[in-house]
Amino acid sequence: MKKKLVMIGNGMAGVSFVEQLLKLNPNRYEIVIIGSEPHPNYNRIMLSSVLAGDASMKDIILNDWNWYRDNGIQLLTGQEAVSVDAEERTVTTNAGVTLAYDELVFATGSVPFMLPLPGADKEGVIAFRDIKDCETMMETSKNYRKAIVIGGGLLGLEAARGLINLNMEVAVVHINKNLMNLQLDETASRMLKAELESQGMRFLMEHKSARITGKERVTGLTFEDGTHEAADLIVMAVGIRPNARLAKESGLEVNRGIVVDDHLQASIPNIHAVGECAEHRGLTYGLVAPLYEQGAVLAKKLAGVDSGGYHGTVLSTKLKVSGVNVFSAGRYTDEPGTKALRVQDDLDGVYKKVVFENGKIIGTVLFGDTSDSSRLFSLIRSGQDFTGKEKEVLFGPSGGGGSKTLSMEDLVTAMSGDEIVCGCNGVTKDTLVEAITEKGCVSLGELKACTKASAGCGGCKPLVEAILTTTLGADQVTKVKEGICGCTTMSRDEVVNAIQQMRLTTTKEVMHVLEWHNPEGCSKCRPALNYYLGMAFPEEHGDEPESRFVNERNHANIQKDGTFSVVPRIYGGVTTPEDLKRIAIVAEKYQVPLVKFTGGQRIDLLGVKKEDLPGMWKDLDMPSGYAYGKSLRTVKTCVGNTFCRFGTQDAIKMGIDLEKKFERLDTPHKVKLAVSGCPRNCAEATIKDLGVVAIDGGWELYMAGNGGTRVRAADLLVKVKTEEEVLEWTGAYLQYYRETANYLERTSEWAVRVGLDTVKKALEKKEDRDALNARIDKTLDLMQDPWKQIIENDDLRVAFDALTAKGAVNPEAAAANESK
Amino acid sequence: MNEVIVGHISEFPERSGRVFRMGTLELAMFKLSDGTVKAIDNLCPHKQGKLSEGIVCDHHVFCPLHDRKINLHDGLVQAPDDGCVETYRVEVDGGGIVILFLKDGLGTKVS
Ligand SMILES: Cc1cc2nc3c(=O)[nH]c(=O)nc-3n(C[C@H](O)[C@H](O)[C@H](O)COP(=O)(O)OP(=O)(O)OC[C@H]3O[C@@H](n4cnc5c(N)ncnc54)[C@H](O)[C@@H]3O)c2cc1C
Ligand code: SF4
Ligand code: FES
Repeated sequence: MKKKLVMIGNGMAGVSFVEQLLKLNPNRYEIVIIGSEPHPNYNRIMLSSVLAGDASMKDIILNDWNWYRDNGIQLLTGQEAVSVDAEERTVTTNAGVTLAYDELVFATGSVPFMLPLPGADKEGVIAFRDIKDCETMMETSKNYRKAIVIGGGLLGLEAARGLINLNMEVAVVHINKNLMNLQLDETASRMLKAELESQGMRFLMEHKSARITGKERVTGLTFEDGTHEAADLIVMAVGIRPNARLAKESGLEVNRGIVVDDHLQASIPNIHAVGECAEHRGLTYGLVAPLYEQGAVLAKKLAGVDSGGYHGTVLSTKLKVSGVNVFSAGRYTDEPGTKALRVQDDLDGVYKKVVFENGKIIGTVLFGDTSDSSRLFSLIRSGQDFTGKEKEVLFGPSGGGGSKTLSMEDLVTAMSGDEIVCGCNGVTKDTLVEAITEKGCVSLGELKACTKASAGCGGCKPLVEAILTTTLGADQVTKVKEGICGCTTMSRDEVVNAIQQMRLTTTKEVMHVLEWHNPEGCSKCRPALNYYLGMAFPEEHGDEPESRFVNERNHANIQKDGTFSVVPRIYGGVTTPEDLKRIAIVAEKYQVPLVKFTGGQRIDLLGVKKEDLPGMWKDLDMPSGYAYGKSLRTVKTCVGNTFCRFGTQDAIKMGIDLEKKFERLDTPHKVKLAVSGCPRNCAEATIKDLGVVAIDGGWELYMAGNGGTRVRAADLLVKVKTEEEVLEWTGAYLQYYRETANYLERTSEWAVRVGLDTVKKALEKKEDRDALNARIDKTLDLMQDPWKQIIENDDLRVAFDALTAKGAVNPEAAAANESK
Repeated sequence: MNEVIVGHISEFPERSGRVFRMGTLELAMFKLSDGTVKAIDNLCPHKQGKLSEGIVCDHHVFCPLHDRKINLHDGLVQAPDDGCVETYRVEVDGGGIVILFLKDGLGTKVS
């Protein structure tokens, strides 16, 4: 008869242990897992990526429902184990199920520590631990704007970054004067803070939280010094506590966590603990690497295989925030008896510190450039002695740059097969080598898909790559990069650089020279290339209508029934009785089913048949409003000082000038502008790609706002005095956006990706602005009204008509045609 | 088999769709870069998108509404999606006349 194994907790440590047990001895146990979360086992680490929008919930499932079924595991999800009878050997759940066990495993993880502040029970105060928290944050971001994250550690910063990506305004409250003070030294902390600030994160350092305000829902946080910060959401990320309450009630010895020996055995026979709930040699862990090592040891024990036991783990951490490279491992602080090698380069924002004790590396902190992380981490674990040649660790044998003492390849060769390479997913060197030699993986991407290695924090990527090269030989490795679409592996920047350097001027040329996989590309790259080419060479590149999306090809917006909508240009939202009359006559003549005012202060004629488009444009005799294009859409204005008693400037004129100057411009995505006559901001300028707000004696320019799916309040770009300056800054800003954004990237996404400060810096100097304006002016000079072009060109116009049968094929018709 | 003259090849801009109508029949016709002309029903099997408005890449058209990729040779929707549309034979004669071959019983008879 099979023995009964019951496990409490369906998380990363527990399920990994079960996986390893099944590999060693699949038939020994009948396994039941009790899990309080209503999900199969998922990768908790990746919640940060889900929150940041880089992964979906579906991507992070590690073991799906089928896995449990296929392995004959009974899973009780949504149930909590509430009591254990160690005498009778039974576990009871809150659903009243009682299970008998021969072996019991606690894998209950941790619970987030919630500061016991008055008001902490209000709605909108949460932790960051599970899928539910993640969903709450994503939900909240749809309706609220302000978030506070308490805790400037790893988890807090990842939560803050995710919330920023969800377009919330985020303030991080930290009690210490250094961020990530448990993983970084002061220098690295300072550099990290500066980097995150440039990404839009705000910090309240050395602030002690006192009270959470609000009625039912949180409205803010008051500090001990009496100051207050408003918030619609508070995320507490101040630490975790091993989840050992049930174990304690069951009579097990518990300190911080469930006390276990080197074989993960708890204080009562047949009961074990693994993962964050366990305390081994006085230590509890909060990262995954140790959990896999513990799981492997426990699996061997319960499978009846000998193992050397568990001896603790050296930890390393990497912050999973895009654009920031930080790594820390081991003991990185300066203590008596230690010596540190430091490299600090403020110009490139790089900092490296390696700490030695008796010639051996015991810890490291890296900022900016973390390419050495895997190598250094291996050296820490290998315990190699560098006495007398410590400097070679960073500078190579010559003592100043050049080759590294030990290459990654040497390290890989020295690694034992069961050493864990990917801490996040517990993948060993052997598993990787097997995937390469037996399953035929030849690229990092394939290895990732096959073994999950490097799919977590990505910190092990260099090591995985080195294993790939040592196993296959460098020339056999296929480097698979993510290209702009499935037709290429080249990134946007590589493609644009190639276009500029090789002076490529047609999409065909680009695809040919850059060796596209599909000879004529796809619906993703064709429009993108057409845009990049037009941006790089406005004169040489002839626009390719066949590479444009339907709306831009027809100069009208396609509707779901295949009809189109027509929106003529109404500069600044100012029209005349004549224009209105003409629009009315046209609408009647073509029996337009719906006439509507748009959000951008103009008139939309909807439900037009394609064949009717050229005729309507002709009758309207107004310029195209580009309501369909990746182009300047509208410049919304308020009446300003022309009529309004509050107005300080002529907002209407400013708006019309802007619209007249920049209309027809091709941009990476649509661009909307607005001008308000005073800070009351009736034209809602602060949710536009560029917003202009008049102030007494000048103008404020706001950048990167968005009122669409992801609302984003614009940031102040600059204050200027004259209307000429408004035009100058707008031109420079738009051209910089055109030159650096990905195709189909709105200014709000672009500015956050490249950094608001980068944009500001690029526009700071007058000479840079002038150069940008010279380029945009050249492009603008070439633009023509497309409606007019089509009306005047027969070939273009007839393409709007449907073809009909000209007659049946018969000898006479053929003869008639021949004689033509 | 029912053959009709649709027009001259010069009326087909390269890699852009044209609509052909006859009775209740509506086709999307495309001239590919190799000079051949393809015809399919102008109705995406997904949500009735007008395929004549799609972007043409070699012998495929991408539906303008949700980007389904359809092979113009056989009308098959490409993986990961599935479905198919009717295809029609088209020939261009030596004088550049575009001839469409309709199936019997389709559309209105042309006399
Ligand atoms: C957002 C985030 C980012 C992280 N990033 C990293 C990182 O980059 N690198 C890293 O190494 N680590 C990271 N971690 C930490 C890592 O996720 C944990 O170390 C790991 O998940 C712990 O595994 P575990 O199995 O011990 O606990 P858990 O994964 O928490 O699993 C415990 C499970 O047991 C269930 N449970 C508890 N009590 C009971 C009961 N009585 N009955 C039934 N079920 C019960 C819980 O609901 C839970 O599902 C991160 C954590 C978070 C939250
Ligand atoms: S923004 Fe100011 S000037 Fe413009 S309409 Fe409103 S109150 Fe008047
Ligand atoms: S209608 Fe064609 S893809 Fe949806």
